[in-house]
Amino acid sequence: MESSSQRFVADHVSGLPRSGIRDFFAIVAAMPQAISLGIGEPDFVTPWHIREAAIFALEKGHTSYTDNLGLLRLRREISRYVEQNFELSYHPEKEVLVAVGVSEALDIALRAVLNPGDKVLYHEPCYVSYSPSIQLTHAQPIRVATAAEDQFAIDPERVAAAWEPGCKVLILNFPTNPTGGVTDKAKLEKLAKFAVEKDLLIISDEIYSELTFEGEHTSIASLPGMQERTIFLHGFSKAFAMTGFRIGYACGPQPLIEAMMKIHQYSMLCAPILSQEAAVEALKNGAPAVAKMKEAYHRRRDLIVGRFNAMGLDCHSPRGSFYAFPSIQVSGKPSIDFCKELLAQEEVAVVPGTAFGESGAGFVRASFSTSYERILEACDRIERFVAGDSVRSKA
Amino acid sequence: MSSVLQLILEGERLDTAQMAQVLDLSEAEVRAEIERLQAEHILLGWRPVLNPERAQEDIVRAVIEVKISPERDGGFDRLAARISQFDAVESCYLMSGSYDLLIFATGKDLREVASFVSERLASVEGVLSTATHFMLRAYKEQGHLLLSPTESGDKPAVSP
Repeated sequence: MESSSQRFVADHVSGLPRSGIRDFFAIVAAMPQAISLGIGEPDFVTPWHIREAAIFALEKGHTSYTDNLGLLRLRREISRYVEQNFELSYHPEKEVLVAVGVSEALDIALRAVLNPGDKVLYHEPCYVSYSPSIQLTHAQPIRVATAAEDQFAIDPERVAAAWEPGCKVLILNFPTNPTGGVTDKAKLEKLAKFAVEKDLLIISDEIYSELTFEGEHTSIASLPGMQERTIFLHGFSKAFAMTGFRIGYACGPQPLIEAMMKIHQYSMLCAPILSQEAAVEALKNGAPAVAKMKEAYHRRRDLIVGRFNAMGLDCHSPRGSFYAFPSIQVSGKPSIDFCKELLAQEEVAVVPGTAFGESGAGFVRASFSTSYERILEACDRIERFVAGDSVRSKA
Repeated sequence: MSSVLQLILEGERLDTAQMAQVLDLSEAEVRAEIERLQAEHILLGWRPVLNPERAQEDIVRAVIEVKISPERDGGFDRLAARISQFDAVESCYLMSGSYDLLIFATGKDLREVASFVSERLASVEGVLSTATHFMLRAYKEQGHLLLSPTESGDKPAVSP
């Protein structure tokens, strides 16, 4: 029955690869005792005052729909927060849309602007959804590889080289999941110039921006002339440790937000009200908790990067996010084999770089969003594995 | 605050070698810093945080409010130091408000604490009155939730 029902699945969905993460998850799920550095979310639970705000809202009976764009109270807070932290001014009533996480915001942004056959530039290795989301709009993804020697910053020259007629959008995500790469202001200025020259719309996913350890985070939208051609995406999952709340937002020029709103209203109607209430509290009073978590990530980053380099796995120091992205080329193994063997022999889970696109080959993603003790133990085991000294062979 | 102390206060059980790795210091530097903290009486001890509901079933804890008369030289200090010497006293603080000293005391049962209060504490010269409150149940111990500890729930071991 399964195989015959397959004929009902749309061609472009059939052709879509499953996320490499899902496949690897199935293997790790069978080994609950393994130390996982594969978790793409904070190890912190949402700060209590934010959880409490959601409970209070529930107690008060806030269980209704909200405005399609989201609670105006929340949009006002978002507008204030974005102005304060990104030097960007958006009108809360017309230029802000609250979405079910940045994932939905990205999806509706792409659907709102792309016609079939349009081309979209994006950098890779990148978050797993970018290329599939583009393909689901019947547009064509065009990969721009970022490289370890550039600390995984995007190289404007490579963007120019990858550009071809029909390119309409450039997706940026800095700091980047999985590499922790950032792109400095000088490079963003070059990209901005290129975007104007080629009349590109920028969709900038800045979900990890608060977790920038060195240097100031700059949003490309804040550069002169860029706000009118940028959809700025942000959310609460990473900085406020609110992944399960599924809440994010898009800010942009009114016609684009209006177009996105049409899709959002028919597909999602609105983001869940309890998550919106929690988000209001996060923006009003969450800054101290964010600072504390960032400090914890910072120290963990220094620890894990130091250990990877010491054991011979070249690893740039990610300037943002909670991911280290060491090269495992020295092992001579493909990423997926490295990860499977490491898991079998040492019971440590890291994610193959190829789960984030072909340009992730030769790398693995190790999340340092966990305790020192687990990081240290995991590093001891990886070191043993890399040195070929693993004794436990369960393969 | 010193980085070593900050790391200790984060509460993870790390040995000196591990602390050195986390802080990117040599083991000798970490050891020297811990010795300094101890020598300067900043770091007083390494007692673990226990769940009183589980670990100390046979221990009774009480807080005692004590009024004492201050002395011409030294105010409350001499008397407070003297009271603090009793083994039953875990902690002792001078407070603002309607009483002077707040004592956290323990005993193996109710009778032991009661006899400490009536026979030892109340009889110290200068102690004017005491009010003893026995602890019935602990909900949070030094930052750790006891009744509803945070659960990691169904967080997937690998996620994008």
